[in-house]
Amino acid sequence: MTLTAPASRTATRRSRVTAGTVLAYVSLVAASLVVLVPLLVILLTSLKTSREMADGSGALTLPHDWLNLSNYATAFTDGHMLTALGNTAFILLFSITGTVLIGSMTAYAIDRFEFRLKKPVMALFLVATLVPGVTTQVATFQVVNSFGLIDTRWAPILLYMGTDIVSIYIFLQFIRGIPTSLDEAARLDGANSFTIYRRIILPMLKPAIATVVIIKGITTYNDFYIPFLYMPSEDLGTISTALFRFKGPFGAHWEDISAGAVLVILPTLIVFLFLQRYIYNGFAQGATK
Amino acid sequence: MTHTTHTAPPPGPPAKTDGIRRRAGRRNHVPPHRSWRQHPLRRLTPWLFLLVPLALLITFTYVPVGNMIYYSFTDWDGVSPDRSFVGGDNYRELVTRPELFRVFAVSLYYLAASAVQIAAALYFATLLSFDLRLRNLFKGILFFPYLINGVAIGFVFLYFFQDGGTLDSVLSLFGAGGGHAWLGDPRSANTSLAGVSVWRFTGLNFVLFLGAIQSIPGEQYEAAELDGASRWQQFRHLIVPGIRPVIGLSVILAISGSLSVFEIPYIMTGGATGTQTFVIQTVKLAFQFNKTGLASACAVVLLLIILAVTWIQRRLLPDEKVDLV
Repeated sequence: MTLTAPASRTATRRSRVTAGTVLAYVSLVAASLVVLVPLLVILLTSLKTSREMADGSGALTLPHDWLNLSNYATAFTDGHMLTALGNTAFILLFSITGTVLIGSMTAYAIDRFEFRLKKPVMALFLVATLVPGVTTQVATFQVVNSFGLIDTRWAPILLYMGTDIVSIYIFLQFIRGIPTSLDEAARLDGANSFTIYRRIILPMLKPAIATVVIIKGITTYNDFYIPFLYMPSEDLGTISTALFRFKGPFGAHWEDISAGAVLVILPTLIVFLFLQRYIYNGFAQGATK
Repeated sequence: MTHTTHTAPPPGPPAKTDGIRRRAGRRNHVPPHRSWRQHPLRRLTPWLFLLVPLALLITFTYVPVGNMIYYSFTDWDGVSPDRSFVGGDNYRELVTRPELFRVFAVSLYYLAASAVQIAAALYFATLLSFDLRLRNLFKGILFFPYLINGVAIGFVFLYFFQDGGTLDSVLSLFGAGGGHAWLGDPRSANTSLAGVSVWRFTGLNFVLFLGAIQSIPGEQYEAAELDGASRWQQFRHLIVPGIRPVIGLSVILAISGSLSVFEIPYIMTGGATGTQTFVIQTVKLAFQFNKTGLASACAVVLLLIILAVTWIQRRLLPDEKVDLV
């Protein structure tokens, strides 16, 4: 970096770039290590036997048997991961379908119609983005309770559906780009508003739907707070709460806990590898609304 | 509370009549000279589409906010049928019992962490906006933590900070003595937890910044290069002004995020050794100690602070639209 007495301007530039480039790579590799080492250690730990864990050789040693999957079996069966997977899938299916329908219907109504109270309705959705979900759970709990939905899978489904304003914005932004001439043409052919929504708008919204499904899917899969509050029963564990319950029975059995954590992270990794592009765009869109 | 329910009735009754009229209208056929735009149905149809979304929005956002404000003036325990009005007692208790307000000090750790996070994200976003080898690989690695399940992150880092865990083992590679109980005393525990939050959230800021930097037109860089601007000058005078709205947004997200930290400390320490945050305390008051009234007052205070922060941001950055897409 500290270069002295440059002979010419171009020479300075070239040498500065190389020194800078080295530094850039060093910092990138360092950051990558910071990200990866904690995760890799968990992967190593998940492959060790309890005897290997007890011999005090440290966290960075390699497992003797790289194919020792017994901890995964323990985590999967004793950790009730299959039930958790089922519950999470059930919640995902309904809350994502609901979010897509609600978000697209709202966007359609707001963008394609003129009606009195349109401004107040938009303001209602806008102001709601400012209310952070964590703060209102004290009172939301009582509302859910009054419907008798505590300790059912419908509680999180309704909450995920009803409080997702980000996807409404994603749909709203996208629907503006769909030319209204399409609606008008269909209208002349005698289609009513519902048919237009169903046959024209919804199919045209596909890219936005993909974005919403991905973001919503990942955030729902990862959510801990809502299932933790609303579904305390053991047999209603989701991926997050089932993993959280590893803390008690497995105590200091880090090999089992690690296997559980790897089981939970793996699907995310696979989805990420296949859908990278969509994920970056989706989360960028979601966060800026 | 009451003002929100006023908005609820309109979608109800008109929707029904609309359904009937619509069917009738279709049978009779709309006179062709009358365009759809002036048709009376057009005024009612949007409410059909908005019926369910508005009902959910009001039920799960506005009713809770209204109830919460109401509960905060009562001594309700969340279970018993009777509750009595206690005026501002809950708020008085919140302000006068120092241990209840002290949790805000913990937010300072997370606030400091956010500063580190934004700086790191800005640095790496700038780096990767230039053409580097393996750019997509690095981008993926830096972003991936943001996608990981919070409970899994909690366990990964419980093991990381454990006695003889990942951190101690790495340190001993460099000859530094281990044996420090990282989560043992408040200062080091909070620093460690705030570090986890940097690890987890830098990726999101990074991707936001990178997207914004890449939307700066390439000719501007070429012009800057021609003018002989150094990389630092390009960063200072081209990149930073170009992405200022996104930086502003990240700062706001960071502040409100720091105030409402819950998951990581709750999973990792359960709020022990001085790592209790405001939200953990509120959840405990409400669901463990059955002090719904007091917990509601806490939640109202947090909501007001976050609204104030957002309002200040809107004042400071007026009209600057964040538009990445």
